Amino acid sequence: MKNKIDVLVSTANEIRKLIIKMLAEAKSGHPGGSLSSTEIITCLYFEVMKNDPKNVDWENRDKFHLSKGHCCPALYAALSLKGYFPQEELMNLRKLGSFLQGHPDRKTPGVEVGSGSLGQGLSIALGMSLAAKLDNKNQRVYCLMGDGEVQEGNVWEAAMAAAQFKADNLCGILDNNGFQIDGRIEEVMGLEPLVDKWKAFGWNVIECDGHNIKQLLHSFEEAKKIKFKPSIIIAKTVKGKGVSFMEHVVDFHGRAPSEDERAIALNELEKNKI
Amino acid sequence: MEKLYARDVYGKTLVELGKKDDKVIVLDADLSGSTRTSFFKREFPNRFFNFGVAEQGMMATAAGLASSNKVVFASTFAMFATARALDQIRNSICYNNLNVKIVATHSGITVGEDGGTHQALEDINFFRAIPNMKIIVPCDGPEARLAVIAAYKNEGPFYVRLGRSKVLTIENKNEFVLGKGDILVEGQDIAIISCGAMVIESLGALEILKEKGIYPTVVNMHTIKPIDQDLLITIAKKHKKILVCEEHQVIGGLFSAVSEVLIRKHPVIVERIGIEDTFGQSGVPQELMEYYGLTASFIAKKAQECLR
Repeated sequence: MKNKIDVLVSTANEIRKLIIKMLAEAKSGHPGGSLSSTEIITCLYFEVMKNDPKNVDWENRDKFHLSKGHCCPALYAALSLKGYFPQEELMNLRKLGSFLQGHPDRKTPGVEVGSGSLGQGLSIALGMSLAAKLDNKNQRVYCLMGDGEVQEGNVWEAAMAAAQFKADNLCGILDNNGFQIDGRIEEVMGLEPLVDKWKAFGWNVIECDGHNIKQLLHSFEEAKKIKFKPSIIIAKTVKGKGVSFMEHVVDFHGRAPSEDERAIALNELEKNKI
Repeated sequence: MEKLYARDVYGKTLVELGKKDDKVIVLDADLSGSTRTSFFKREFPNRFFNFGVAEQGMMATAAGLASSNKVVFASTFAMFATARALDQIRNSICYNNLNVKIVATHSGITVGEDGGTHQALEDINFFRAIPNMKIIVPCDGPEARLAVIAAYKNEGPFYVRLGRSKVLTIENKNEFVLGKGDILVEGQDIAIISCGAMVIESLGALEILKEKGIYPTVVNMHTIKPIDQDLLITIAKKHKKILVCEEHQVIGGLFSAVSEVLIRKHPVIVERIGIEDTFGQSGVPQELMEYYGLTASFIAKKAQECLR
């Protein structure tokens, strides 16, 4: 029998293949950040979070909010593999009338709150975590942000408030792939020292390799133990991870693979099978 | 006649709702004393969150709370409750159709001495264009209470626009029904349609006009969105002219809402009293109402011009 880590590695690989397939079919969308956040989303949906696709509104479920909404292909793939909706639906991404919108929408089974305009998600997740505390629920709220996204002022308003309100059931994850649409983060609008910034705002900061399942699971466990302050996992990632010609290539932030690129990418991912 | 601060009424109504329903949560951005959300804070400190001077964070957090089955009231001055957090309101609250009630105080020119940067004159315009948003502009204290209760009872995003100053209570109003205008006085020839602080001014204009033998219809159009189309069409059929009065820019507010209906359904001449595409300035509220031509005498004069 495969161990837990191997199963998650394999699930992440399946998600990557679905991301490539759905984006190629949609002919538009955002592969780079979807591929960099794949292990993070895999760990959350297949190990860390309490959730039940058969009972989407289960009162005590943990909640996930994708603040970097453009990376929804990774989320949609995870939701379908988890059983929230049939996998065939993924091929309707970005099509008229589909519940798989170009950015997350509440129409999608499993999506708590829609997103897309960057910088607002951490506040939304804070709202969910405050509600859970008021209701005395043992519920955790996870919010995935991009590193380019945290240039938004609203993120820091949320950071301030979450520390002030001692939202220890809130866990942010920063997909730190180092790129944004216009280029390298440090060239466009530098963010370092990121760890110090979050610490200065009163957060418990955990650093890890965002593609290492074991490290990610450990980080989520560490975050759960921290009381009276919110936690953020700064996950070092590679934009376009898993597809050789997409890795570190800023062009694939917002460009879908062509038919040829689709074939090459899927071939590469197929080889990763355990 | 009784004179009330609509914001005092708001604070008390929040306490009333908070006692009945523990799902009611109140947020403010460092203006809880002025908006009177402090009344709620005093009674229910664990259901009150102060975000400091951070309106964007407040509005997006309101969305998150509302997604978790809370009824959220978010308050600050109208200037900061609208454009400052408009993307959060549009994309986080309204796009998701969440149960957030934005109740803003200190709207309009009657903010007074604080001047142009603090006089929200475009807020109705901003919100009117956003799907799912409903807008109520109560005319006095008691109506403010009914507006807040209507917002509480009806699922989805609301904007309730309150002023800073004390306002006279208007007597003999009909029952408050969300989305229905209230005919305060039935007359002929011209109908004066107003909202908020302009309703009492319109009734003042009625007295002036009566002396000159003109008997206008006066309507309190407290709900700007959805606008009461049926009433507007009925009124347009019965009157030669319509005069819309608002303490807001003439672009995008009640005048626009009324005109948009009538141009399609029953075209008549619609005239306006409002802020004519300019910013405000410091001054005593009453002085400013005179300076910008919003008082009863200006309304009466305009009505006479319309009928000439």
